[in-house]
Amino acid sequence: MKATEKISLAAKKAKGARPYFLADKQTEQTLSMVMTLAMELQVANERIASLESLLVQKGVLSQGELDAYQPNKDEVAQRSLATQAFLSRLLRLTQQGKQEMGENPPSMEAIQAILTQTK
Amino acid sequence: MSNETLPSWLALTQHEVMAKASHDDVARLNFLTHLNVHLSSQILPGVREVYEQEVKPAIIEATGSEPQDRHQIRSAMLDHPYYQFWSALRRNTMEMRHQVGRGVVLEQIEDIVAKVDALNQGADTLELDDALPIPDNVGLVDIHCQPGCYYEEYFPNDVTVAASYDIGLFVTTAGLLGGLSDGGGQAIAKWLKEQQPGFAPKRILDIGCTIGHNIVPLAEAFPDAEVIAVDVARPSLRYAHARAKALGVNNIRFVQANGEDLSRYADGSFDLISTSMFLHETSHQSMPNILAEIHRLLAPGGVCLHLEQPQYDGMPVFEQFMRDWDTYFNNEPYWGPMHELDLAQMVADSGFGAQPLEQIGLVSLVDESIFGKRSAGDAGEDYGRAPVWNAFLIWKAA
Ligand SMILES: C[S@@+](CC[C@H](N)C(=O)[O-])C[C@H]1O[C@@H](n2cnc3c(N)ncnc32)[C@H](O)[C@@H]1O
Repeated sequence: MKATEKISLAAKKAKGARPYFLADKQTEQTLSMVMTLAMELQVANERIASLESLLVQKGVLSQGELDAYQPNKDEVAQRSLATQAFLSRLLRLTQQGKQEMGENPPSMEAIQAILTQTK
Repeated sequence: MSNETLPSWLALTQHEVMAKASHDDVARLNFLTHLNVHLSSQILPGVREVYEQEVKPAIIEATGSEPQDRHQIRSAMLDHPYYQFWSALRRNTMEMRHQVGRGVVLEQIEDIVAKVDALNQGADTLELDDALPIPDNVGLVDIHCQPGCYYEEYFPNDVTVAASYDIGLFVTTAGLLGGLSDGGGQAIAKWLKEQQPGFAPKRILDIGCTIGHNIVPLAEAFPDAEVIAVDVARPSLRYAHARAKALGVNNIRFVQANGEDLSRYADGSFDLISTSMFLHETSHQSMPNILAEIHRLLAPGGVCLHLEQPQYDGMPVFEQFMRDWDTYFNNEPYWGPMHELDLAQMVADSGFGAQPLEQIGLVSLVDESIFGKRSAGDAGEDYGRAPVWNAFLIWKAA
């Protein structure tokens, strides 16, 4: 079996009608994504913790060194920017909703009507 | 181990045919285990509060009386956002378990099948029957949302669904079934040894054995007995046979057969017949046939023992409603109907005649140093998923 076939087979739907509990299917699909992302975040955290343990065991770090680490001034500034960029990506749609307010752009159909006028 | 932390998935006994999980897959399985426990310990109690404070008063106001049955409660609760969200999370967690489990297994399925084949090679203790049809009670939906249920095969000699079931059960039961997911079988074996000291069955039958989790401990407890374990699901039997061999258990014969028709075995040819978490996955059509076969096959003085969750009769309607979640939302359509049957009547009708149904309470027997201490109280609030069972015993007159 090909690796890509295995990926699809792992995600096979169970036979039977799937109950949806939330207001609409899209919301429930989004919930499913959120929970998977939460899982992957915890997986990444554990991987980092394992890496730290290995680095300590091999003498690269000492116990507690990572926890006690204080980023220097440049690092703090760089992280601040990175955090702002992350939040902007995370909340893009919400932020763009704010830009939308007071806008009254013509519909695609209205623009289409202009673009398809023949001379 | 304290009750505050959960064991890792790696605490499971890593037997020879079990799928191996990488660092990140172990983290995924542990995450989902914690998520299940979080949902039942932190979120689920709110379901009862929502019911007591909002839904029940609304039902009383609308109808002038207390909620009458679990169906009325379910239909009202399904409109409540708290219940909707808890249900959506619970369903989704189950689906995540299956995707992760299948992913882990499929990545190495060729290796697993090679090991299973090597262990099963030439064994006369595995009897498969390619012509046996899958009955409706197994085939109509994928039970507990497990894609492919217990029986689907994706290529010759496949055991994907069985191997995935073996590694995923931990996620739903949070280790409460022990290192080999056999706490139920262990509890039965201990009970028989302690409470029926003179009982030494020569032949034991287990119906609906799946991958043999709970029959292996019985076979170990009675090493001189000839044990026969039947199921309709071929990949599960292949895996079960190899798993038993890998665990050094050689007195079980795994047979692909339908429990409704075991005419290949003579009347009175078994002293002990067991089923574990099986009856709720049968049907109104098949259960009478299975009980009648059990009656025919039991030797005089023999006993049959069904490990199940308790019946609904006499339970508060709210608890019935909670236990019924799996019936509608976890592809367990016969769970509710089975739990409201009059079992004593059915047993009487199947040939045993009127006799009081003996019930014993059993708690999963596990290595407490690894899996923590379980008591009926501490797990009892999970409404049907806690490993606290009622076993129904039926003796055949000597
Ligand atoms: C919940 S599982 C049982 C778990 C198992 N006893 C254990 O100890 O882990 C139900 C099993 O019953 C099997 N089954 C359902 N109907 C059956 C029948 N009529 N005859 C034989 N097996 C059946 C299914 O294929 C499935 O493997």
